[in-house]
Amino acid sequence: MALPSYTETRYRIWHYVYIAICSFVFFFLIAPLFVIFPLSFNAEEFLVFSEGMKNLDPDAFSLRWYKDMIYGTKNPWGLAAKNSFIIAIFATIGSIILGTLAALGLSSRHMPYKGIIMATLISPMIVPLIISGVAIFFFMAKVGLAATHTGIIFAHIILGTPFVVITVTATLSGFDHSVTRAAASLGSNPVNTFMKITLPLILPGVISGGLFAFVTSFDEVVVVLFLAGLDNTTIPVQMWTGLREQLSPTILAVATCLIILSTLILISAELLRRRSERLRGINR
Amino acid sequence: MSSENKILTTDGLPLEVSLKKAEKRNKIKAFLLVAPLLLFLLITYIFPIGEMFTRSIDDRMITNMLPKTFESMKKWDGKELPPEEVYRSFYEDYKILAEKKVHGKLGQRLNKEKNGFNSILKRLFRKVKSNQIDESKSIKEQIIKIHKHYRNVDYWRAIKRTAPPYTMNKYLKGMDMYLDEDGNVTQVSEDRRIHRILWLRTLEIALFVTIFCFLMGYPIAHLLATLPMKYSNLLMICVLLPFWTSLLVRTASWMILLQQQGLVNDFFVMIGLVADDSRPEMMYNKVGTYVAMTQILLPFMVLPLYSVMKTISPSLMRAGKSLGGTPFVAFWKVYFPLTIPGIGAGCLLVFILAIGYYITPALVGGASGTLISNQIAFHMKQTLDWSFASAMGLMLLTGVLVIYWIYNKLVGVDNIKLG
Repeated sequence: MALPSYTETRYRIWHYVYIAICSFVFFFLIAPLFVIFPLSFNAEEFLVFSEGMKNLDPDAFSLRWYKDMIYGTKNPWGLAAKNSFIIAIFATIGSIILGTLAALGLSSRHMPYKGIIMATLISPMIVPLIISGVAIFFFMAKVGLAATHTGIIFAHIILGTPFVVITVTATLSGFDHSVTRAAASLGSNPVNTFMKITLPLILPGVISGGLFAFVTSFDEVVVVLFLAGLDNTTIPVQMWTGLREQLSPTILAVATCLIILSTLILISAELLRRRSERLRGINR
Repeated sequence: MSSENKILTTDGLPLEVSLKKAEKRNKIKAFLLVAPLLLFLLITYIFPIGEMFTRSIDDRMITNMLPKTFESMKKWDGKELPPEEVYRSFYEDYKILAEKKVHGKLGQRLNKEKNGFNSILKRLFRKVKSNQIDESKSIKEQIIKIHKHYRNVDYWRAIKRTAPPYTMNKYLKGMDMYLDEDGNVTQVSEDRRIHRILWLRTLEIALFVTIFCFLMGYPIAHLLATLPMKYSNLLMICVLLPFWTSLLVRTASWMILLQQQGLVNDFFVMIGLVADDSRPEMMYNKVGTYVAMTQILLPFMVLPLYSVMKTISPSLMRAGKSLGGTPFVAFWKVYFPLTIPGIGAGCLLVFILAIGYYITPALVGGASGTLISNQIAFHMKQTLDWSFASAMGLMLLTGVLVIYWIYNKLVGVDNIKLG
């Protein structure tokens, strides 16, 4: 943002103050994530930068916490990672199916009681997690699904569908319904029309909603804390336990892996968003 | 149009009827698509929340324990000591409970209603167990002899108060109030008002976090919306990466930064703000909660603001300036009012999220930084007082729903944008 040459001094000063404020906020947002990287390579057990690290001494860095994460003796991370992925994948599939169907219905102009139904479908996103946790726990305990993978998957479908509903509804808002009518007039049945015409067009919205659902499930800890037994521990639950008891550098190694994972997800989400905007003809 | 020349479709039906039919079919079709998710949510989510309500007011345990007593108490006016009949049915009820070995629960429940009940019931239990009560004589006189409290009408009134199967006690307890012996709503003594402190603190923290997020989010949303695409896309990563990163990872990094030997304190020492031996404690108190929650919730403020600001044409500001406004006036009179929908969306979103926050306060909050959610979790997991946890949860939910309703009125839920 170059300033025009005729700018008065006080606005010039204000402009630099404004840039300084923005830089500070961006720093505040992103810097905490970068503290984790170097500390996870710490050769020592403490969570502070050792003198060696400050002097960039190679001996001060090591991979021991990554080794501990993978091969550690009473290592909970392997099981937790397996559970996390299983739960997140099934929860994502469930959320995508239920959420996409609902979004298709909601986007129809014939849909009755649209407002109240939309509010109901989105409610799990608005209701504080702790309340969702209590309610879902009562239900799962009653039907005997507490401390099972199935119970947690159902719980995460509840929490994940609002994201799919929102993103797919948004994609459908720019959707030209005449293409499905054209398909129908050419003799295609509704299922075929959906698979061949609608789905490919709304796919970016579906996938980005799915990404949200995946991250929600993968990162969710409050509800799992209520539902999980010893066999259903997930990565966030392990991190929560670890952070409460003692901050060990192994947690930082796990955290680094999670940051890398979220970076990958961010990149795919951004690519999808751009593709979807291109498809919907939104040019900025 | 007269009825004779109505437009007919090919199958002979009036067009109007045929259209209505098609319309109805479409409605059903649309509804059927929504139905699976709606049903799923109703069964697994909405009804269980409703069940929390019945659980929070449920007081049937004691009603089922003393059926005869409550039946015979119906005729008692509660002014003087109850008649022989009440004593006898109470004795009979109690005997059954003692045989089933569940009399302890009754003692605990009644003790909550009137202090000292548990101990006098234990005396009665010893008599019942050793069969020292002669059922052919007056039960009233024998019970009265066990302890002087059985001659005190207040104790019998306490039993009578527990007769209705529903109670609002848990809600009153959540607001640090209780029903006194005459049935009036009374506040607990000042040093025991723990819940009110928690509610106020939750509100205070949610409010300040919202204000901090707004103050920090507005400038950067503006910068992102006005910068050329290639720079803003790069800077957007700074907002989106934290947004996509695990909450626990971000909380962990704040725990590292804010600890006494952490980088923030190192920095303060370096610039000479504090002495090395008097590093302030920034974690396990409100400061930690504020800092961490602001950073974690900031993306939720920036994204709605950004999506609104993106739609504001830069020519409006130029027009304002060309009409003689200084940049500040043009900003305040033209730009700012146009961003109000974004401000509303961002602030309410952050406020709603902050008011129900659990993980971060529990980890960095310490004793003075915990919120109402932590209290709910505490009662769910530690004291196992699920009905109290339900009551507090529903009180919190009511607050959130009011805000959600306002949000819906102001911005509309379908305007939520993600990413």
